[in-house]
Amino acid sequence: MAADIRKLIVIVDETRKEMGRVVDPPARRALAIAVIANPYAGRYVEKLDELIDIGEELGGLLGAECVRALGIAPGQAESYGKAAIVGEAGELEHAAAILHPKLGAPLRRAVEKGAALVPSAKKMGGPGTAIDVPLGHKDAAYVRSHFDAIEARVADAPRANEIVVAVAVTASGRPLARVGGLQKNEIKGEDGLR
Amino acid sequence: MIDIRRLWTQVETIHHEFGPRPPRPQRRGAIAAVLTNPYAGRYEPNLLPFMEALNPLGVELARALLAALRAQPHEIEGYGKGAIVGSAGELEHGACWHVPGGYGMRQVLGNTKAIVPSAKKVGAPGAKLDVPITHVNASYVRSHFDAVEVYVPGHPHADEIVFVLAMTTGPRVHERVGGLRASEIKGEDGLR
Repeated sequence: MAADIRKLIVIVDETRKEMGRVVDPPARRALAIAVIANPYAGRYVEKLDELIDIGEELGGLLGAECVRALGIAPGQAESYGKAAIVGEAGELEHAAAILHPKLGAPLRRAVEKGAALVPSAKKMGGPGTAIDVPLGHKDAAYVRSHFDAIEARVADAPRANEIVVAVAVTASGRPLARVGGLQKNEIKGEDGLR
Repeated sequence: MIDIRRLWTQVETIHHEFGPRPPRPQRRGAIAAVLTNPYAGRYEPNLLPFMEALNPLGVELARALLAALRAQPHEIEGYGKGAIVGSAGELEHGACWHVPGGYGMRQVLGNTKAIVPSAKKVGAPGAKLDVPITHVNASYVRSHFDAVEVYVPGHPHADEIVFVLAMTTGPRVHERVGGLRASEIKGEDGLR
């Protein structure tokens, strides 16, 4: 079943200066958010297959929207993350059905490779609820410069029968990263960790 | 004098709001530039130099927003603008955006006739601004009265200002409260 998408929001965030210092190149992050109908709102359903399939559809769609908004080649994506906010007529497990079983594979195709786990967050909420989408390097989770988060929020969603699904993709790490750890030029990118 | 710290661009594609889907989804976009406030922390009697220096930014942001919307100038049917001033500034600093934001956007959109509606406030980091939207050539077109909520997480700092431009490609998604229609406007005085 295809997702009933009420609205799609794409955001690009570009930081050119931080603490008086020029960020060169600018730190650039994209966020793509779909507001969808929750097919299981208002009732307990044991098997969540429809939402699992919707997750697969949205992983590809939202990942591609982020890459396009950044104006980069898929292989230039550096970090990613995902999150969902379930309206009050749903349950937290609905977010898990979207995010965990099938969303990752098409998202990884959209950013090329993606050896690392896609970090995630989920919550219940109403219109205007904000969620901080965690970010981590797409090929090596331990890259310290790329641990970050971007706030996702839709003023009029989720309504009770809706779910807000967000995917974030960046073309950089934090603006003035300088707390050491594994550097992106040191990674092997095989096990998803280092 | 113009020191851009951050740019935040958002585009919504609205397919429906629980009613019939329009033939084309409405697209609604906003761009917010976070700038250093050159007058933070003091009373400056003459704000005209900042206004003057902002002129190119109005044009630049309008072009960037059009590009983000993937729209041609004639496809933009509604617009608005706004400012959020950090707490070491004053409301009047936000008023510096009226001329450069408004005329910059009107120039980029082909000398549209209607005044660009606006909102401004002093706010803390993450403050949200409802930017009003009206039709680009006739302010009384009822189907196009709208607003878009804009904020930049973490900004404005006390010494910053956020300047915003907003554009839409059509009316509210299920507009049906009558009034002057976009098809009926004369487009001469900017009102009807």
